Order: sequence, then structure tokens, then C-alpha cells
Amino acid sequence: MDTFFEFFSFADPNIRYVVIGSLLLTASSAIVGSFTFLKKKALVGDAVAHSVLPGVCLSFILYGEKNPIILILGAFATGWLSLILIDIISSKSKIKEDTAIGLILSVFFGIGIFMLTIIQKSGNAAQTGLDQILFGKAASLVGNDLIAFAVIAAILILSVWFFFKEFTLLAFDEDFASTIGLPVRGIELLLTTLTVLAVVIGIQAVGVVLMAAMLITPAAAARFWTEKITTMVWLAAIFGAFSGLTGAYISYIAPSMPTGPWIVVVISTIAFISFFMAPRRGILYRLNNQRKIKKQINDENILKVLYQLGEEEKNFYEKRTIEEILSKRKFVPVALKSGLKRLKREGYLKNDNGYWSFTRAGKHKGQRTVKLHRLWELYLTQYLRIAPDHVHDDADTIEHILTPELEARLEKLLNYPTMDPHQSEIPYR
Amino acid sequence: MEALQIILAGSLVAIACGLLGCFLVLRKMAMVGDAISHAVLPGIVLAFLFTGSRDSVTMLIGAGAIGILTTFLIEFFHKKGKLQTDASIGVTFTWLFAVGVILVSAFAGKVDLDQDCVLYGEIAYVPLDLWITDSGLVMGPRVLYITGTVLIILIAFITLGYKELFLTTFDPGYASAIGISTAVWHYLLMGAVSLTTVASFESVGAILVVALLIAPPATAYMLTENLKKMLIITSFLGVVISAGGYYLAAWLDGSIAGAMASVAGLLFMLAFLFSPGNGMVAKVKSKRSKTVLNPSEA
Repeated sequence: MDTFFEFFSFADPNIRYVVIGSLLLTASSAIVGSFTFLKKKALVGDAVAHSVLPGVCLSFILYGEKNPIILILGAFATGWLSLILIDIISSKSKIKEDTAIGLILSVFFGIGIFMLTIIQKSGNAAQTGLDQILFGKAASLVGNDLIAFAVIAAILILSVWFFFKEFTLLAFDEDFASTIGLPVRGIELLLTTLTVLAVVIGIQAVGVVLMAAMLITPAAAARFWTEKITTMVWLAAIFGAFSGLTGAYISYIAPSMPTGPWIVVVISTIAFISFFMAPRRGILYRLNNQRKIKKQINDENILKVLYQLGEEEKNFYEKRTIEEILSKRKFVPVALKSGLKRLKREGYLKNDNGYWSFTRAGKHKGQRTVKLHRLWELYLTQYLRIAPDHVHDDADTIEHILTPELEARLEKLLNYPTMDPHQSEIPYR
Repeated sequence: MEALQIILAGSLVAIACGLLGCFLVLRKMAMVGDAISHAVLPGIVLAFLFTGSRDSVTMLIGAGAIGILTTFLIEFFHKKGKLQTDASIGVTFTWLFAVGVILVSAFAGKVDLDQDCVLYGEIAYVPLDLWITDSGLVMGPRVLYITGTVLIILIAFITLGYKELFLTTFDPGYASAIGISTAVWHYLLMGAVSLTTVASFESVGAILVVALLIAPPATAYMLTENLKKMLIITSFLGVVISAGGYYLAAWLDGSIAGAMASVAGLLFMLAFLFSPGNGMVAKVKSKRSKTVLNPSEA
């Protein structure tokens, strides 16, 4: 616990640097990643991330020491080259884009690993720590490196802020963007450059292998909470920064641990929570919603059947057994029983020793469902000229969906009819 | 002798990956292969921890199961969560791979695995890791037996299921019309990919296996459109990649797996440029001869 307070009091200037550094690196890649995510180019980030490795190694071989600026330049060069090659391969040959991405990604990474192992065996003392670029090490951000990376991160964030509208248009409606005279190619180029830059600096904290997650995962998580792009980008930045902070802390307490994987596990956890729990778009919300609708349909069908039984015998308030209901329509027995109980709770039905009967509200609701069903059948036969024996199934679905407004318009359109195509009465109150 | 054993191991791995890769490339599922090869890592580490040994069938089965789980998760997030496919792939495999790397670091003492092995395997140690029977008989490098077995299983799988694989790849609509389940063959193929990546893991690591899955089939695809020819060319390329990689690595003193990936990339580049009919050079030439033939159009 001591280390926790020691770290989060930020009293040690080194810790301050590391924290600020990792926050900037992760947040800026999350921000840029939001746009590649929306452009559905998420895996391109993966390719760039793997492809910077040979650049880093090559500049080290040529320069002989770990100068951050030189390494950044090398990484930038091969990162860019990989994108150009993917583009050439997928546009000039029958190779599809996903194959091109996988090919470039793995071959560039293989070349990088080959170079890295050659460097490691060469006995150059300056190379120690070069392999941290694979899985990241937030705590190794010190002094000069930090300044270089922080400047680039700031450039990234400012560029996105400045070109926010253009990037948004590009992500959602490229055709429209070019129609109103935006230089689409130029903006695309800028976004690509920013992506490469984000990867180049982000690998300091997360590492080459898992960098893709920092571009994709925060954006994917943020997307589940909002429909507004401004909010989404902010959320992605906050999620990214939070995982970066955790990574810096872990790097501080467990120096032997690579930080990249921890950052990725944190951001993935946030993402999974978002996928399941987020209101409206989340998986649990959707499932719950589906269940609610299913229940509603089931209950309305029960009321409909009771109404139809009442219609046949001209006595709507007669007590019915479960068998009578089942003889009219096939329900799953369990669903029927729970539906009946629910309808009683809600005041639509009464139960008397296993016999079920309508309340006034229940009869009214059953009547409305029957009415909608028959109105729709009539509409389909009259306006879409569908044969009367083909309209039942469709009406059975739509009767649960029609709103009172649509109901009123249907009535008016059909001129308040009294009979449906099967000569059953359309009940008004 | 050692060189031969390493090249043989490399070839077996490269052929196994390449054969499956052909189907991945043709099905536009190259990135799913990438995802699976990363995602099996936690399965491998956990199997190591529980069984304490490398050559257990449990490990192959466990990691294979994780591979299928990965495919399932990708589809689950895509279908139930309405997450776009590329992001679904990206989120799932980076998460599983991160968990795997953490497990490797956390149990570094207990597990005979390290980050280097994860990244580029240990094919150079193949001749040292011998299979010795209980009676003390030396049977030769263990890896050769494992990858050899997996390759035989794969060849059997592809030969026996050739028609089904072919149809579900090129005409899934027709396949399901004549009663072939596309879902079953999809998961069988993904299971095979998992099995192969696990078996190749020790030799070439989790990431470079992707180069062997994608690069040789992509190269072969530049040269032919016939699936059978593509499978044969891919196998041939596997041997070239393995031998070329070994001698390149010996020459420059680097990782053999890294060198193999580099050779694979080089071969693709050659095919991309010089393939008769599909290559860039051939295309430029045919364009030029057309303009010469029709001077009036110019």
C-alpha cells in the first residue's frame, strides 16, 4: 500500500514525468484511434504497429545508439512504408486487403525480429533495453525521451482538435466531404500520418506487439456509451489515459513486468464492461429489451385469445380455464402461466380457483390488439392487394408494434371499417 | 545433421501453416488467423502450468479450445454487441495475447517459456530437444514428431474434407443448399488453425506463425487460381522458406524464425513483381503491347 501512496502523491519528479508521459501517449493514441475505428480501418493500426520494429532496428544499426529522435524517424519511415505497400498490394493485385494487412504485418515484424536478434548478438552495449520496445516499459520514459514524446503527443492532440470537423466528415461520409470541396485525399493522408505518429510514440508505453489495442479498444469501448462523436473521442481519451496511468503504476511497482500487456488488460476490461453493461447499446441491455418485448407479445396474445373466446360466446367476462386458452392458440405452458400471473398483477385479469377472467382494463387491452390485427389485415388486402389468406401472420406481428398514432391513421385511411377481410367484426369501444 | 533437422522442422511447420493459410486467404479470413495465433498464448501457458510438460496432448487440446473460443468471441461481439468485425478481432486477440504475456512474465520461474520464445520461437534448439523413450532409446528431435503428426492430421483433414472445404470457401450458398453446414466447417477450420499454431508455437513463436500462414498462400495465389495447384505451390514454398531462412540466419547470425519470415516476404515480392500473368511487370508489358497494337487509340 505504501508504494500506492508514494506513487499517487506524485512527490517524486521521476514519477511525475512517467505519469504525464504515459497519460499523453495512451490518450493521444486513443484519440487518433477513434477516427480509424470509425473509418473501419482498425486493423491497419495493427499493421503499422508491427511494422515500426524494423525501422527502429535499422536506425539503431545505422546510428549506433538509442537516440529518441533517430528511432522515431526510423519507426515513422517503415510505419508509413507498410501502409503504402498494403495499399499497392490490395489495389494492384487480386490479393484482398485483409491478406495484404496480415502479410505486411507479419513480414515486417519478422524482418524486425531478425534485425533485433542480429543487434543483440552483435555485442553492442548500447542496445540494452532496445527490446523493451516489444512489450513497452512506461517507467523507462525519462528526460529527453519524454520531452520528444510529449511534444509529438501534443501535436497529435492539437491536430485532431484543429481538424475535428474534417476527420468526422471523412469517417462518416467521404462522398459528402468531397462534394463540399474538402481535399479528401489530403485529410486522409493527414489522418494516416497521425496514426503512424500515434503508434510511433505509443509503443514506448505499450510496446509494438500490443499497440493496436491502444488504437482500437478505447474507441470500441467509448462507442458503446454514446452516439455523439465529441463525447466518444473524450471518453476514448479518458479510458486510454486511465489504462496508461495503471500501466505506469505497474511499471513502477514491478519493474520486471512489461507494461504493455497490463495496459491492454486494463483497457480490455473497460471495453468488456462497456460491451455488456452500457445502456442502450450494451449486450445485457439488448437482451433485456428483447426479453421485455417477448413478454409483452406473449401477454398481449393471451389477452387477445381471451377476447376472441369472449367474442365467440358473446360473453367477455366468462371465467376460462388454461385448457380453453390453449385450445385457441399454442402457448408454451410455462410462458402462459407466468404471463397470466403477470397480467393479474398488472390488473388485467382476475383469478378465481384456477379460472381466469377479464377485468375491464384487460378486456379493453385485448380488444385493442384484436382491432389492430384486423385493421392491418384489411389494410394489406385493400392497399397492398395481398390475398386474405396470406395476411394473418404479418398482422400477428404488427399488432404488437402499432402505436396509437398509427392506429388512428389506419382507421382514418380505411374509413373506420366494421369488418375485416375474413368478415370478423372490427371492435371499437 | 543439425542443419537438416532444423530445416526439416521449419518445412513441416511452414507446410502445415501454408496449407491452412490457403483457405484463410481465399475466405478473406487472414486476420482471423492472425488473431487465433496470438490468442492461443494464454492456453499454452496455462496448459504448461497445469501439466508441467510440453509434449502433452492436453496442451494441444486446451490451446485448440481457446482458439475456437476466440473465433466465438469475435462473432459474439460482432453479432450480439453490433461491434464492427475489425474492431471485434482487434479487441479480442490483443486482450488474450496480453493475458498470455502477463502469465509468461508472472510464472517465468515455473514455466519453461520466455518472451523471446513467444516472439520468435526456439527452432534453433530443435536438435537438442530429444524424445527419449522410457527404455532410454533416443528417438530424435521431439518437435519433428509433433509437427509431423499435426501435418499428417492436416493433410488427412484437407483430403477427406476437400469437397466441403472447397464448396464452403467458394460457394457457401450452394454448399448449404446441398446440406453442407458452413458453420461446422468454419469451426473445424478454425480448430485446425488453432492446433497448427500451437504445434508451430515452439518453433517459430506466436507472431511469426502468421507470416507462414499468410505469406506462402498469398505468393501461390499470385501464381495460380487453381486451389490444388495453390496448395502444392504453397507446400513447395514452405520448404524454400525454411531452407532459405536457415542459411540467411546462419549467415547474418540472427533468429531463424525472423529470417524465415523475411524470406517469405521476399518470395511474395518476387511473385508480386514477376508472376507471369498477374505480376506487375507482366501487367505493364501487356499494357504496352496493347498500345502498340492499337496506335489509333493513343
